[in-house]
Amino acid sequence: MILIHCPYCEEDRPEVEFTYGGEAHIARPLDPSALTDSEWEGYLYIRSNTRGLHAERWRHAHGCARFFNAVRDTVSDRFEVTYKTGEARPAKITQTGGAA
Amino acid sequence: MSGYRLSSGGRVDRSRALSFSFDGAGYQGFAGDTLASALVASGVTLFGRSFKYHRPRGLLATGVEEPNALVSVDRGPARVTPNVRAPQVSLHEGLVAESQNRWPSLKFDVVSINDRFSALFPAGFYNKTFMWPRSAWEKLYEPVIRRLAGLGDSPVTRDPDHYDATYAHCEVLVVGGGIAGIEAALEAAKMGSRVILIDEQDELGGAALADPALWSTLDALTAQLFAADNITVLTRTTAFGYYHQNFVGASQQLTDHLAPSEAQGPREKLWRIRAGEVVLAQGAIERPLVFNGNDVPGVMLASAGRTLALRYGVAVGRAVVIMAAHDSGWRDALALIEAGVHVAAIVDIRTVVPADLADAARAAGIALHLGSAITAVAGRHAVKGVTVAAGGTGPAHKIACDAVLMAGGWTPSVHLWSQAKGSLVWNEAWGTYLPGKPQEKCRVVGAGAGAWHFGSGAITSVLPNSLPVSRQKAFVDFQNDVKARDIQLAVQEGFRSIEHIKRYTTNGMATDQGKTSNLNALQIASGVLGRPVTEIGLTTFRPPYTPQTFGALMGHHKDALFQPVRKSVIDDWATAQGAVFENVANWRRARYFPKGGEDMDAAVARECRAVRQSVGIFDASTLGKIEVVGPDAAEFLNRMYTNPWKALQPGRCRYGLLLREDGFITDDGVSARMADDRFHLTTTTGGAPRVLGMMEDYLQTEWSDLDVWLTSTTEQWAVIALQGPRARDVIASLVGGIDLSPEAFPHMAVREGTIAGVPTRLFRVSFTGELGFEINVPASEGRKVWEAIFDAGQPYGITPYGTETMHVLRAEKGFIIVGQDTDGTMTPGDMGLDWAVGKKKPDFVGKRSLARPEMTRKGRKQFIGLLTEDPQELLEEGAQVVTNPDAPIPVPMIGHVTSSYHSATLGRTIALAVIADGRARIGETIFVPMADKVIRAKVTAPMFYDPEGSRLND
Ligand SMILES: [Zn+2]
Repeated sequence: MILIHCPYCEEDRPEVEFTYGGEAHIARPLDPSALTDSEWEGYLYIRSNTRGLHAERWRHAHGCARFFNAVRDTVSDRFEVTYKTGEARPAKITQTGGAA
Repeated sequence: MSGYRLSSGGRVDRSRALSFSFDGAGYQGFAGDTLASALVASGVTLFGRSFKYHRPRGLLATGVEEPNALVSVDRGPARVTPNVRAPQVSLHEGLVAESQNRWPSLKFDVVSINDRFSALFPAGFYNKTFMWPRSAWEKLYEPVIRRLAGLGDSPVTRDPDHYDATYAHCEVLVVGGGIAGIEAALEAAKMGSRVILIDEQDELGGAALADPALWSTLDALTAQLFAADNITVLTRTTAFGYYHQNFVGASQQLTDHLAPSEAQGPREKLWRIRAGEVVLAQGAIERPLVFNGNDVPGVMLASAGRTLALRYGVAVGRAVVIMAAHDSGWRDALALIEAGVHVAAIVDIRTVVPADLADAARAAGIALHLGSAITAVAGRHAVKGVTVAAGGTGPAHKIACDAVLMAGGWTPSVHLWSQAKGSLVWNEAWGTYLPGKPQEKCRVVGAGAGAWHFGSGAITSVLPNSLPVSRQKAFVDFQNDVKARDIQLAVQEGFRSIEHIKRYTTNGMATDQGKTSNLNALQIASGVLGRPVTEIGLTTFRPPYTPQTFGALMGHHKDALFQPVRKSVIDDWATAQGAVFENVANWRRARYFPKGGEDMDAAVARECRAVRQSVGIFDASTLGKIEVVGPDAAEFLNRMYTNPWKALQPGRCRYGLLLREDGFITDDGVSARMADDRFHLTTTTGGAPRVLGMMEDYLQTEWSDLDVWLTSTTEQWAVIALQGPRARDVIASLVGGIDLSPEAFPHMAVREGTIAGVPTRLFRVSFTGELGFEINVPASEGRKVWEAIFDAGQPYGITPYGTETMHVLRAEKGFIIVGQDTDGTMTPGDMGLDWAVGKKKPDFVGKRSLARPEMTRKGRKQFIGLLTEDPQELLEEGAQVVTNPDAPIPVPMIGHVTSSYHSATLGRTIALAVIADGRARIGETIFVPMADKVIRAKVTAPMFYDPEGSRLND
């Protein structure tokens, strides 16, 4: 059972309180109708499928109910950092944890 | 009959004799014995039969690594536990145990014929032989294999025991209660940490229990341990899984060591421990040597021979031969001599051994054979002697003996370390993997870290022999009957990675997970491939470390506590009325209300007639409900749903269709505008959390500029659906403050007022095609209002109906159920719901996807009705639809039946389906092939009753 740090509650809580929300920092286009089919396909389906540090969305569903972002190592399943919606992905994350 | 009880020594309590039985025969042991030690002391050598060849097998080890001596322990009816390791069964008065995997008896086993033909059962035998034909696999091979192979029998009756579970937190968790673990716990406790120490055995001490010189040290340390008030000691507890962030699962045995009559309370307790730091002090496991005849009962690990003598006061035989590749075998030999066991000879594969050991052995009168190997073992059910050859291939001679002890070196227990993703480093000198860098806050102490002080040894694979490996009975994995030649064969057949060799030979895949075999298999594969061990890889260690009971993993989560049951406030009333219930998304819903012995079809037909002819009452409280409030509420819903919402007037309702961004239908429901800035949304019963989560997602992460608040109100409202031509008459006298006339309160309108004196949001909506109301009242008043309406409806024959009738009535009208008639790949157009899509809206969730070529192409499945030619023929939901049942196989399938019912209203069956280009096929005949017949049906519009909708506008 992983513990996840909710950046709003500022607490480490068990993973059963959270739901996964897919890759982070993919903004919905402001005017979808202006997109070509392949651009829309890119937004809808194409994901980075990263091996290693991956920025992704989580929701503290059984807590504050807020969405936030996390950088998780998909190899070790380790959460390196979590941060609030709207904040930029921390520029540099070391493998040993924490934003630098 | 070779083992016997020594006249003195050991930690058993010789003043407390205990009687027990094994395979029906009576034996005696002492308090402090295990089943294994007491049986060896009684002269028993044969403990079980092997998995594949049914070879007779004896005890190999005295610890958790034991692969052979698996028994069933019988603690009374429904309390038979199969596959228990005999050295881990604490002896108690009256213990009843049985051997396994033999028929009709352990001594005479019919299936051991497999062994005589073992040349026919090489590695990969099952894969090669039983490939086809498929019918032979199902009817012949599988049942036979299941009967012949396998271990103990699973219990078939319900487990009468109960199992406890708890969470625990500590700064330091120590796994393993040997001296290294105890010292680590004491050290941590001195720093003021909360410490938990767990150990799988009855008593603490680990390897020191087989070393009397350490007993006084051990006593002093355990005294300190129990004196410290910040240390929790859990014995008979196995840490079986090590998960992320120092989360460790451990199972504690509470009653199995007691006689059944003394057992009280839960049988086991599952500990979920979160630790700041984990200290692994699990020790090391001795490695068997791989040589011809190494599985004859009476051949065991040297550490087992030592433990039996020094811990339990049991000699493994009257003449013991040690087969060593490691100094520890020599120390064990000397310890056995001191304990009074006769050691006839030490055979060592090495030509040079430490002089002090050789001198001491010679002085003790032990014959020494350096640079030699055992090449054969005489005896089938028990060792009768060994053949020893210089260099394995040189001149041979025989030694009479009744026990052989193997000292092949040591393998640190890195299972938990590896589960926690700690790295492993190959140590060439010791021929083993040692813990490297941790991923968690974790360290390894004692023998598990390679810190053993019993000398060094040679790294071996198969001991030299003049017989080719293919003709030797040299076992690597005792539990799965994998021989050295099987690993050789796998390599010859082209397998290179140990993960593949493992699966092909099944080495390491038995219940012991290869605790004694993995490294020997690696060494043999490395030798045959001529590549270093590190290039062959290492198999993955996975939880559980040892087999665990399902009971412990389940804990209290069974029966009523398996899953929470959601009940509406009408549930008690429905129960009293004799309702039959079904589960829908954790809700318990009344399915139908049988009267006077009616079956479901009869009850549903009666309920349907009542709604169509007069009035029915239905508990719709489980509908998902969301209150959407804020100045931007209409704008928000306009962006979420396909329909336009901004022009909807307060007091009016609208059917809302919700798509995912990929354009497929995910939910629907009728929603009402209560005020300019307030909407009352409904969702499907199962969809409420998903819809709320989806809406929150857009609100929080895409449209944070919108000022809107979402609140789940599903449980706040009781919803009473009143449907039928007399519905208005029933509530007329109960409603206050609302003009119920059709002109003032039309279909798809909502009003606020009172009913039976209770504030209500009264919806005029219909999921049946009849005049209908959905009466929302605070849940706390739901039962009262329900009963008031039920009383008021008596003159009209008001009839309670359940979900089954609701389904039939809506199907007669072709109203869809999302998730039944749709499957996550259906668009509004597919379902004939284009009318619900706002064409002029610039955007809504899923709109752009609807414009993709795939979504508008011809040939998409469309929602239609089906009427069978035989009006009483009921189609099966899920059945496939074809246009030509005589077409060559594979017959093209154009769609499937989604809903199918008997309709009392129409006096025939009706069905809904999705089929390719369905609307263009209306009027055509299609076919539904079943196992025994082909059903013909006509394609119709998905609407069987009152297509003009005149009834619901009354
Ligand atoms: Zn939170």
